[in-house]
Amino acid sequence: MSTILEIKNLYKDFGSLNILNNINVTIEEGDFLVLVGPSGCGKSTLLNCIAGLEPITSGAIAIDGRDMTIVSPKDRDIAMVFQSYALYPTMTVGQNITFGMKVRGVEKNEREEKLAKVAKQLQIEPLLNRRPGQLSGGQRQRVAMGRALVRDPKLFLFDEPLSNLDAKLRVEMRTEIKKLHQNLNASMVYVTHDQIEAMTLATKIVVMKGGVVQQIGTPSEIYNHPSNLFVADFMGSPAMNLIPAKVAKNGKGVKFTIARSYGEPLILYDEHITKLPENVVLGLRPEDIGDAKLRKGDKLQISTCSVDVVEPAGADTYVLINLGGKEVTARLQAETAAQTGMEMAFTFNMDKVSYFDAQTGQRLN
Amino acid sequence: MSGWLEKQLPKLVLAPSFVAILIFVYGFIGWTAWVSFTKSKLLPRYDIVGLIQYDRLFVSPRWDVAFSNLFIFGCLFIIISMLLGLLLAILLDQKIRTEGIIRTIYLYPMALSMIVTGTAWKWILNPGLGLEAMVRSWGWESFSFNWLVDPNMAIYTVVIAGVWQASGFVMALFLAGLRSVDEEIIKAAQVDGIPTWRIYSSIILPSMAAIFLSAFIVLAHLAIKSFDLVIALTGGGPGYATDLPATYMYTMAFSRGDIGQAASSAMIMMAVVFAIVVPYLYSELRAKND
Amino acid sequence: MTEPNSNYADSRYIQKLILRSLLFLLLGTFAFYYLMPLFVMVTTSLKSLEEIRTGSLIELPREVTFAAWKTAWSGACTGIQCEGLRPYFWNSVLLAVPAVIISTLIGALNGYVIAQWRFKGANLIFSLMLFGCFIPFQVVLLPMARVLGIINLAGSISGLVFVHVIYGIGFTTLFFRNYYVSIPVELVKAAKIDGANFFRIFISIFLPLSLPIIVVTVIWQFTQIWNDFLFGVSFSEAGTQPVTVALNNIVNSTTGVKEYNVDMAAAIIAALPTLLVYVVAGKYFIRGLTAGSVKG
Repeated sequence: MSTILEIKNLYKDFGSLNILNNINVTIEEGDFLVLVGPSGCGKSTLLNCIAGLEPITSGAIAIDGRDMTIVSPKDRDIAMVFQSYALYPTMTVGQNITFGMKVRGVEKNEREEKLAKVAKQLQIEPLLNRRPGQLSGGQRQRVAMGRALVRDPKLFLFDEPLSNLDAKLRVEMRTEIKKLHQNLNASMVYVTHDQIEAMTLATKIVVMKGGVVQQIGTPSEIYNHPSNLFVADFMGSPAMNLIPAKVAKNGKGVKFTIARSYGEPLILYDEHITKLPENVVLGLRPEDIGDAKLRKGDKLQISTCSVDVVEPAGADTYVLINLGGKEVTARLQAETAAQTGMEMAFTFNMDKVSYFDAQTGQRLN
Repeated sequence: MSGWLEKQLPKLVLAPSFVAILIFVYGFIGWTAWVSFTKSKLLPRYDIVGLIQYDRLFVSPRWDVAFSNLFIFGCLFIIISMLLGLLLAILLDQKIRTEGIIRTIYLYPMALSMIVTGTAWKWILNPGLGLEAMVRSWGWESFSFNWLVDPNMAIYTVVIAGVWQASGFVMALFLAGLRSVDEEIIKAAQVDGIPTWRIYSSIILPSMAAIFLSAFIVLAHLAIKSFDLVIALTGGGPGYATDLPATYMYTMAFSRGDIGQAASSAMIMMAVVFAIVVPYLYSELRAKND
Repeated sequence: MTEPNSNYADSRYIQKLILRSLLFLLLGTFAFYYLMPLFVMVTTSLKSLEEIRTGSLIELPREVTFAAWKTAWSGACTGIQCEGLRPYFWNSVLLAVPAVIISTLIGALNGYVIAQWRFKGANLIFSLMLFGCFIPFQVVLLPMARVLGIINLAGSISGLVFVHVIYGIGFTTLFFRNYYVSIPVELVKAAKIDGANFFRIFISIFLPLSLPIIVVTVIWQFTQIWNDFLFGVSFSEAGTQPVTVALNNIVNSTTGVKEYNVDMAAAIIAALPTLLVYVVAGKYFIRGLTAGSVKG
């Protein structure tokens, strides 16, 4: 397995504004890297830098071991799919896909051969003589991918390719991209602001905010061990519950006191950790808070809470309870008897908890 | 193609035009300005002597007439064209089936050279054989319309011909502007019970401020450049009664061989245009760059 | 007490009818105002001098004669020569065609650069060019006359082509730049990755998209250049004058009897090309006129 992309100490400034700050990312051949973050975090800019469409201020980018500092986009052996598909409007689908080959001087026979292969792969054979204006959004996206596929590049770059599609189509195309990745064992870098896309497609995720990398890891790492409050809140839907708590020593471990708007504060224990600051934020995913009547397990801590809102969602029922001044979401099974206003026992899975420093937001465990 | 060359290619492509503009617009303006400060007569001289050309200009009775004509003609031309254009635009906005044909009829004068316009109106306003003669032949013996040859009234004939040529264009501009107002706002106003004329005066017209400005700029520009029209219609006469700075400059440059005067009058024209156009361009480009 | 419905509806209907009639009356009056000069020009050109002197302005010709047209085309005097408009019409063609083509092409490339290949100072350059569109040309007449003399193009049609191209570039660049600015930047990015260079992208992608703006620009430039008088009269000499200058010479010639019918015929001949363009492609002409003025 060789390193296909290496980004080292990348900085990018635009005038006096710093857009990318000390980016370091490496991926192996066959990886599916997703750059995810809110608008303006720099993910698209980073992608454009990898493509060579934007200059960098300092640092290095290497594709398959070759340093790309002076290499122009067309010589980087990459292919790119854009959010707006960027299909050449006055050319047919076939011409769109073969334009790059034509420019590079590939023989007509070879062009036709490659076009046929890709058209079959993406099931766009009947569309070859149509113009982009005559295609639906999903068809255009496939043509855009066809244009990328036909290059047989070392690296595929995707810039929010599904953002222009409606919800249903988005899910369909997402699966197609995943299948493509598996079938070709291709190396892909994918930009999105949708964390669900990130989680389902990636082998490796880079979470970005304000031009700075917040965390790099597999989807599982990002989901279960977010490195700071931002990542914890941004990734996962519904978001991780972030509950402020006061820490006190308790024997070998610690005791958490979580204020409530009514009655006694909620008390939770952790025996495995000793060093924590006085104020922390507890991170617990909704699925780690359950209905004590339906969930069993001796590792779970149980406490009674008052139910604020009940939201049945088919397979699950989401219940909101007030803890530490926040609305905390619990994901209960649909069979739960929870009702608004009622007091019931909830289980808290402290094995899955994340601790964050209340001041810095950094992960503590 | 080498990498550096390829990177510089856009600049290289733009460069010739840029250089041309620098020389032939800004360089030439500079040259004319320079000469306007010299004693040039038939041939240009480059030793600066100060403002004597401007002094001569401002005491010349002919320039007086030309400059005041510019304001008389300019103001009347702009105001009447804008009012007429607005009226026609509002009329045409009333959803008429033959709108296309009518718009074509109102606009075609703009496609004509001002020489053609001047020639046509010169004929129509011909005292002996044109409009005057025709009305007289209808029985109104004492009708008189000899503005064309009357030193005091001749400038107004230029206004008539100019308005005829340009008002259609103003109408097209305003019609586009009227139509660019969101339909839903108008519907809301109608549902609110506001009468049509009030919808125009309180909602539509105020939103067209930018277009009024554009129309003003274009008309002002046309008025200042009006050379062809005067030459064809009156030749600057009778005498120099219908002279405008544009014709004054031309006469000084090519008939009188007084390049100093030509340069100074041209610079005055430049200054007037500058004063009107620069604030407009500045606000336009700032808006576009936002 | 309420008015019976039918009366109210009737009076509203009549009110609308009256207003509508008024509207058409007004529109018709103005249509007459705009058409009248054209009508007068045509009818006058078809009358004999005798009829003009004895008849009235808006009368239809009692006896249609094309003699004035023949004179205007091949016999009218434009100074010393009496060859009619024909040679000068041809001059205008020789002038307009290259000038329009060259200025349009340069404007297209310039607009392409400014709209899609942003670099530092591009906007400044654009502003400077834009301002150049607005100057009164009187301010460049004198130095241009000298320069044309120096480069040996004085009084020639090539010289006029040169002048019109230089001062047309501002407008053509404006038209193309405003048009190309709305083409998504990602198209250029995709083409770059495909390996296309600066010119390839222009030829394969932008030009095919440019038909509407090319039409607008060509019509605008043709109208401006064909109708121009100032440059024509300043920079040409007896044999190379464009048709507008020749027309003015015919109309304002002081020799002999004033032949109004010839004047009118000559004016129509001079106006025909742009008038024809307007009738055929007027929609695009209007778009060109409002291109820079109305904010989209």
